[in-house]
Amino acid sequence: MIIQALAFYLFAIVAVASGAMVISSRNPVHSVLFLILAFFNSAGLFVLLGAEFLAMILVVVYVGAVAVLFLFVVMMLDINFSEMREGFLQYLPIGGAIGLVLLAELVLIFGSWVVSPEAGEVAVSPTPPLGEMSNTAALGQLIYTDFIYLFQAAGLVLLVAMIGAIVLTLRKREGVKRQVIADQVSRRPGDVLEIKKVPSGSGG
Amino acid sequence: MTILTDIMAGLPEIFLAVAGMVLLMIGVFRREDSSKLVTYLAIFVFLVTAVLVLAGPSGQTIAFNALFVVDGFAVFAKILVLLGAALTLVLSVSYNQRERINRFEFPVLVVYAVLGMLMMVSASDLISLYLGVELQSLSLYVIAAFRRDAVRSSEAGLKYFVLGALSSGILLYGMSMVYGFAGTTSFENLATVFASNEGGGQPVGLVIGLVFIVAGLAFKVSAVPFHMWTPDVYEGAPTPVTAFFAVAPKIAAMVLFVRVMIGPFGALVEQWQQVIVFISLASMILGALAAINQTNIKRLMAYSSIGNMGYALVGLAAGNETGAQAVLLYLSIYLFMNTGAFACILAMRRNGRMVEGINELAGLSRTNPAMALALAVFMFSMAGIPPLAGFFGKLYVFLAAIEAGLFTLAVVGLLTSVVAAFYYLRIVKLMYFDEPADAFDRPGREISAILVGTGLVTLLFFMVLSPVLNGAEQAVRLFFSA
Repeated sequence: MIIQALAFYLFAIVAVASGAMVISSRNPVHSVLFLILAFFNSAGLFVLLGAEFLAMILVVVYVGAVAVLFLFVVMMLDINFSEMREGFLQYLPIGGAIGLVLLAELVLIFGSWVVSPEAGEVAVSPTPPLGEMSNTAALGQLIYTDFIYLFQAAGLVLLVAMIGAIVLTLRKREGVKRQVIADQVSRRPGDVLEIKKVPSGSGG
Repeated sequence: MTILTDIMAGLPEIFLAVAGMVLLMIGVFRREDSSKLVTYLAIFVFLVTAVLVLAGPSGQTIAFNALFVVDGFAVFAKILVLLGAALTLVLSVSYNQRERINRFEFPVLVVYAVLGMLMMVSASDLISLYLGVELQSLSLYVIAAFRRDAVRSSEAGLKYFVLGALSSGILLYGMSMVYGFAGTTSFENLATVFASNEGGGQPVGLVIGLVFIVAGLAFKVSAVPFHMWTPDVYEGAPTPVTAFFAVAPKIAAMVLFVRVMIGPFGALVEQWQQVIVFISLASMILGALAAINQTNIKRLMAYSSIGNMGYALVGLAAGNETGAQAVLLYLSIYLFMNTGAFACILAMRRNGRMVEGINELAGLSRTNPAMALALAVFMFSMAGIPPLAGFFGKLYVFLAAIEAGLFTLAVVGLLTSVVAAFYYLRIVKLMYFDEPADAFDRPGREISAILVGTGLVTLLFFMVLSPVLNGAEQAVRLFFSA
């Protein structure tokens, strides 16, 4: 038990600290690296909760794909971050005040949080006991059966995102030479080579 | 057997999704000049979907593990959405060709936006609601920026995207709070949980979650104070896209609003009624006052649509059967008025270039009397002059408000419609009494046809009033008895 508590505090503290570093470090590449650290620690927290599938997905998707994409964007786009930060101090007081008000409100709400007495009974797909089934298997059984509608709908959202990205960015450029493999393969020596007889002794 | 009932209930949506992919394939493989073909096919697809919607199961069918519901209410809204989308696609063909944005992805994105709207109006779970909203909005962001080489259009798309993402975040946050209280996202279960809690006072966390959900949905219908994006997006987006924005998504979002508030949150009517009353009042007032100073007709229509959503929200604020029925009637009328008005705006073209200033309409009655007459009919109707369609929309909405005892709302609604009448009638005055400007180019055949069609519907709506009212009543009765 004590090890679990220690692990929780370790993961939580590192996650919060790296979150703070993401927004405060000067170098954007460092920000992304701290973001990755935050993801890893959140994955650790998920493992402590017994949600190992979510933990792995977090690492695979967020660290493996999203964070690397961020790195690419940060490195490839020439964004002047110091310019973007100008006026940060100017807006700090009002931004901080709004943040504090929100924090106070959240504390008030969650301090008086109530869960409906019927909440357990109405759940559409209750979590199976941990001993019976791992939560990866439990999720797998639901996503493709009970929640097939949502799964397909999410797929359509991704399809639209893909179409949108192509519509807004793909440009046809004129005068670009493209490789046509069929042309290359069907080319015969006779089409491109011309054998010339050079009479001997007449060259310069 | 259950899978078969699921598929039968969702047949229109499944057909639309598959048809969208087929259209995409046709567009990709035909390469050049496929835009016109794909657009006409998309219109055909909408008509087939409408037939499938009408042929679907009658009564209330819950499918896909209680994520999806088909009832009269959804059917009524789906027909309106499909009709609005088909009409705007018809309007878009020649415009897109002239402006050289005739790419086949446009109708495909419209198909997916419409699919999202159908999923919204059929949602019976918070998660399916969110996915429907997201499918719809994502397609809309892209078509707002469809003229990607114009700064205005890209700006409209980006603004819409950023604010839309924010509102989706607010919506999700509210949903997570509601889920945290109730332990379920299904509308039916939410309703039972809240009903059992009635009288004991609703916990503050739940109420805040509800307010967040209302804010997210109010953004989607562009009600004040979540309306900031509307004028800029309407002005910047290509005109047929604006026509689409003003009609189909508004209808879908408003119907969804009614379904969520009266369905799962029915027991919390005391909590949400005051919020809806406020945003309705604010929308009506801002829609009336801010439009007065506009010189661009697309911006004017944006404020007009904010005001119109305010009137439709009056029906929701009433929170009873008459109110929901009045919302459906209002939306059906709004569909025809708005499509007609945008057909006029699309016909505002001089020497091959689109013009958008209100002053360009000066003296239209002498240069193009037919179009002036049509636009005058739409403007009189929006001002709510009897016996045109718009009058009946407002009449039933206000009747519902009075029945529910919301007298302030009805009185303010009447006053703001008087103020709004000023700017609608100013256009009529410009067209009939001012010195004529140069004539517009001749509008295309499809624009004229839509002008005549929507104009006749708006003018002679009193003849079809009772069947539409009956349809709305039946749609609502099933919804309330369930």
